[in-house]
Amino acid sequence: MLKRLFGCVREYKKYAVYTLIFMVVEVIIDCLLPFIAAKVINNLQSEAGVDMGYIIKIGLILILMALISLAMGALAAMTAAKASAGFAKNLRHDIFENVQTYSFENIDKFSSASLVTRMTTDVANVQMSFMMLIRIAVRAPLMLIFSIVMAFIMGGWLASSFVILIPILAGGLLLIAKNAMPAFRRVFKKYDKLNESIEENVRAARVVKGFSREEYEKKKFGKAADEIQNDFTKAERIVALNSPIMQFCVYFNMIFVMIVGSMLAIKSGGTTINVGEMSAMLTYGMQILMNLMMLSMIYVMLTMSMESMKRIYEVLSEKTVLDNPKDPEYEVKDGSIEFKDVSFKYSAKAKKYALSDIDVKIESGMTVGIIGGTGSSKSSLVQLIPRLYDVTEGSVKVGGIDVRKYDIEALRSSVAMVLQKNLLFSGTINENLRWGNPNATDEEIREACRLAQADDFVMSFPDGYETKIEQGGTNVSGGQKQRLCIARALLKKPKILILDDSTSAVDTKTDALIRAGFKEYIPETTKIIIAQRIASVSDADLIIVMDNGKIADMGNHEKLLKTSDIYREVYEQQTNGGEDDE
Amino acid sequence: MSKNKPNSVQKGGSPKRRMNFKVLGRVMKLLFKFYPVLIPIVAVCIVTSALVSAIPSVFTQKVMAIITRYLDSGDMNWSVAKTEILPLVGILIALYVVSLAFIVLQTQLMAYITQGFLGKMRKKMFDGMQNLPIKYFDTHKHGDIMSYYTNDIDTLRQLISQSLPSLLQAGTIVLTVLFIMLYYSIWMTLIVLLGVLGMFFVSKKFGGGSAKYFIRQQKSIAKTEGYVQEMMNGQKVIKVFCREEQVKEDFNAINVELCNDTMKAHAYANALGPVIMNIGNILYVICVTVGGLFLLLETPNLSIGPFPYFHLSFVIPFLNMTKQFTGNVNTVSQQINHIVMGMAGAERVFTLMDEQPEVDEGYVTLVNAEIAEDGTVKESRKHTGKWAWKHPHSDGTLTYTELKGDVRLFDVDFGYEEGKTVLHDVSVYAEPGQKVAFVGATGAGKTTITNLINRFYDIADGKIRYDGININKIRKSDLRRSLGIVLQDTNLFTGTVMENIRYGNLEATDDECIKAAVLAGADDFITRLPDGYNTMLSNNGANLSQGQRQLIAIARAAVADPPVMILDEATSSIDTRTEAIVQRGMDKLMEGRTVFVIAHRLSTVKNSDVIMVLEKGRIIERGNHQKLIEEKGTYYRLYTGSFELE
Repeated sequence: MLKRLFGCVREYKKYAVYTLIFMVVEVIIDCLLPFIAAKVINNLQSEAGVDMGYIIKIGLILILMALISLAMGALAAMTAAKASAGFAKNLRHDIFENVQTYSFENIDKFSSASLVTRMTTDVANVQMSFMMLIRIAVRAPLMLIFSIVMAFIMGGWLASSFVILIPILAGGLLLIAKNAMPAFRRVFKKYDKLNESIEENVRAARVVKGFSREEYEKKKFGKAADEIQNDFTKAERIVALNSPIMQFCVYFNMIFVMIVGSMLAIKSGGTTINVGEMSAMLTYGMQILMNLMMLSMIYVMLTMSMESMKRIYEVLSEKTVLDNPKDPEYEVKDGSIEFKDVSFKYSAKAKKYALSDIDVKIESGMTVGIIGGTGSSKSSLVQLIPRLYDVTEGSVKVGGIDVRKYDIEALRSSVAMVLQKNLLFSGTINENLRWGNPNATDEEIREACRLAQADDFVMSFPDGYETKIEQGGTNVSGGQKQRLCIARALLKKPKILILDDSTSAVDTKTDALIRAGFKEYIPETTKIIIAQRIASVSDADLIIVMDNGKIADMGNHEKLLKTSDIYREVYEQQTNGGEDDE
Repeated sequence: MSKNKPNSVQKGGSPKRRMNFKVLGRVMKLLFKFYPVLIPIVAVCIVTSALVSAIPSVFTQKVMAIITRYLDSGDMNWSVAKTEILPLVGILIALYVVSLAFIVLQTQLMAYITQGFLGKMRKKMFDGMQNLPIKYFDTHKHGDIMSYYTNDIDTLRQLISQSLPSLLQAGTIVLTVLFIMLYYSIWMTLIVLLGVLGMFFVSKKFGGGSAKYFIRQQKSIAKTEGYVQEMMNGQKVIKVFCREEQVKEDFNAINVELCNDTMKAHAYANALGPVIMNIGNILYVICVTVGGLFLLLETPNLSIGPFPYFHLSFVIPFLNMTKQFTGNVNTVSQQINHIVMGMAGAERVFTLMDEQPEVDEGYVTLVNAEIAEDGTVKESRKHTGKWAWKHPHSDGTLTYTELKGDVRLFDVDFGYEEGKTVLHDVSVYAEPGQKVAFVGATGAGKTTITNLINRFYDIADGKIRYDGININKIRKSDLRRSLGIVLQDTNLFTGTVMENIRYGNLEATDDECIKAAVLAGADDFITRLPDGYNTMLSNNGANLSQGQRQLIAIARAAVADPPVMILDEATSSIDTRTEAIVQRGMDKLMEGRTVFVIAHRLSTVKNSDVIMVLEKGRIIERGNHQKLIEEKGTYYRLYTGSFELE
């Protein structure tokens, strides 16, 4: 998983490497600084008196070093930002590209909201960890090692305090991290739930007020908030031990150096250790402990972002279940369709089949109506035609060839489908319609709109075809949206046109005009119309009545009125339904 | 009901890039109010431990001075030296123990206070929010409201647990050290202060740069999020039209932009630390050099301590002080960004808490009642199944009116915004037992009428009477309790199906809930769910179809058993066969009671007693189906399909 994710650094690898190099230089300088500074201090204290020339010389060297360190730090800051921002960009890019390869089955697996979170919040988490990692992961251990080595060189025996302190601090920090992390993870899950319930309340404000449940909700929320507060406090109190432990180690080191150092210094007459070295020991001690702290922070951060990485990896590793065949067919001969012994379920695990025992033959140019109640799998049936899903058993043939043998893009450009949950995207009407055919001329676009009975209302807008559609198409009415979606599909000049309940918000007269237009202008195209209204399908060549995933009845309007109970019942309901109840 | 709301008004404004002391003061005030004892304790702890950590350099210096003296004198007698050194170290140890105790106390208390504060704030915000009028929810984006609870609270957490304590700590140390430095030498202190001025200048520059790009990054993130959201929602359309390549290209452009802004924002933020640190280093070197120079020249010193000449004994500790001083200045500069962000967050949280709650001057309340044979109404303490309005009058008398569900609107005018009237002269009389339907295009004002009956909004002109009582006199919660509403956008809560139905009447037994579900035609599909009535619903019932959610919502209203029911497109996603079942159930339930129905599917409203056809906020036709068809007006054209709604 890590390999796959960090593989996304790609062209930004060099910036990551630069960062590491800059960091190494910075570390070396940072470590040398106190060493050289100690020389100046010693010179100040030397019995021979202050050698100003020497001090200025070393001082200049020190300033130069500080400047280099500053430059390195600034450069590393830049390259680290570049590397991590680039990494995040590549991650988002890869996720987006992979989602584009998804089949409908894959899409159903992830909710759009969760995909958005993965591409924003989760990627941002990983980005921050990565930046921390390249900035500190080299720096901290290097500083640590260097400081320990220097401490032993300078302090000799005195450095032995670290032998005790490092395990204490490292162990303590690890223990805290180990205990705190699961606690935090649990709280965060609860916290998410709490926020979900707030969102629920905001969204359902009308329901809450409608039932006068304000006090009830307050009580419920208060309880949940208290629980979260307690859990959070517990977790935070574990983490709050970090700073006392760290402080303890700093203090311990200080006292150890004071006692043992002064003893050694006086006993040896300043030969084993002198005052300058003693103060350097304190500096190194501080550095060692600080860097241990940093390392534990990285550890915590990495494990925390592990969750995000997992979620990103899930999306990246999801493979489309619909592969393009080898040696695919590129030509769809005609609009004939054949379902042969088709059974279908949405996932291998599902117990219930969405469709079973479907056998239908549809000739090219026919108009087919499909009718049935909610959940009768009308949509499932037609979604098999452009191979949005693959059949579980049996086969679907278009133009006499199994859909699985076609190049997917070739198949889908011959089969136009207007989805039930149809959408317009933000952009002009023209741009939206050109989804159907990017090269369509203005005249072709108008023609398609005339056929879909959309031209009139589009032309009534002040900006006509250049009218901007807002996100989600909120500035056109439901019926207008549906007609634009039909026009968009028509622009594909398809051999098969599928309308999945696509005229439900269109009035019956316009609906009839659209169907009449189809008959006149695209007679060779096979038209499949799913509808709730009997009127939308009654003049079809063939009407399929679906019930519970099976074909209940098939035939034309007259025949079904005689043979099909369901059909007759729906028909009566819609023609004079209300009066029965009076 | 987003469709009738006026353009959303964004209050609170954008976070300002300056310290807002008024907001800071309010945060502090709240902290003190919640924890009047603990906050001072913590403050004392922080200041003490900061002082203690600033003082040791004095002791180390003394110890070092002793060592130097011994070394210089050539006297290597440790047993003598230790009598001088160990007491000093002893004091140091004592100080450290105290400091450690304080640190433990402070950090533990801080963890407790921070979470306690956030918890209390959350509850305060939520309670306040529950009291807000519907208008607030209609005019604010839900995402914006949510970000008060997530982003803004998070910035407060950082502010209280990290920024404020470390500011206090660093401030204490800086002041102490400054004092000690002045004690040693005013000249050298001036040099240090000059350097610190430089640091502030640099941190302002870098901080400003990073803030600028962080704001830009925030915008880019919003843009990316918007684009991704739209595309992920339309993913199936993209597939059907094979538009993958085009979409990828568009996304890349947005993605690169976000990457650039992120990069710059982080580059500035990252650089701040090392730059300030190295300015500190340079400052240190300068101090060393100048100190050496002063020593060499034996320059007269100016200090508030007893140091007339530059001497090694204070120059060295002074140098150490420099490091401590700049280190803490660095700490402060790193916190500034968090504090500004925390203030912006706090300001936004306060705008939510300061929102005007819904006012309710109603004094007519709903009580259980016993109704005698002669029609007199008496209040009852028990649940009688009958209800009455208890109406206190100004002369001190009480009258009781039986709750019947008679709703009348007289010449009602209304507008969501001033000057934009949505309803004109609407009069509706609904008697108990009647089914009143509203038909009309989107924006004609159908839903608005129901918003007025339950007083989600108040009318501008005219009168609404409920059982003869002006609804302005009725306590809102009681008024709403007597009205059952089922909305088109069903909102279910996380919990089981049973719990969701019981939401309508918290005292309902399981049997009563199931009975309501049967009436609503929901029992059939619920029993087929994996766990039946105990099936968990989450995410607004995402695992159910829209039609099934509507059925549960109807059951929820049915279990409340209200005298008046409002069905606002409540069956729009239910197929006509099931709808017929629901209607039969509802007709049975609502026998003798009042029902308002809003629908654009005419088969839903056909059997109503009165159908009101609304156009642009006016009732243009009224009558039953038969009459309206005969009139051959708008309803007739709708019915015959030559006219399109929505």
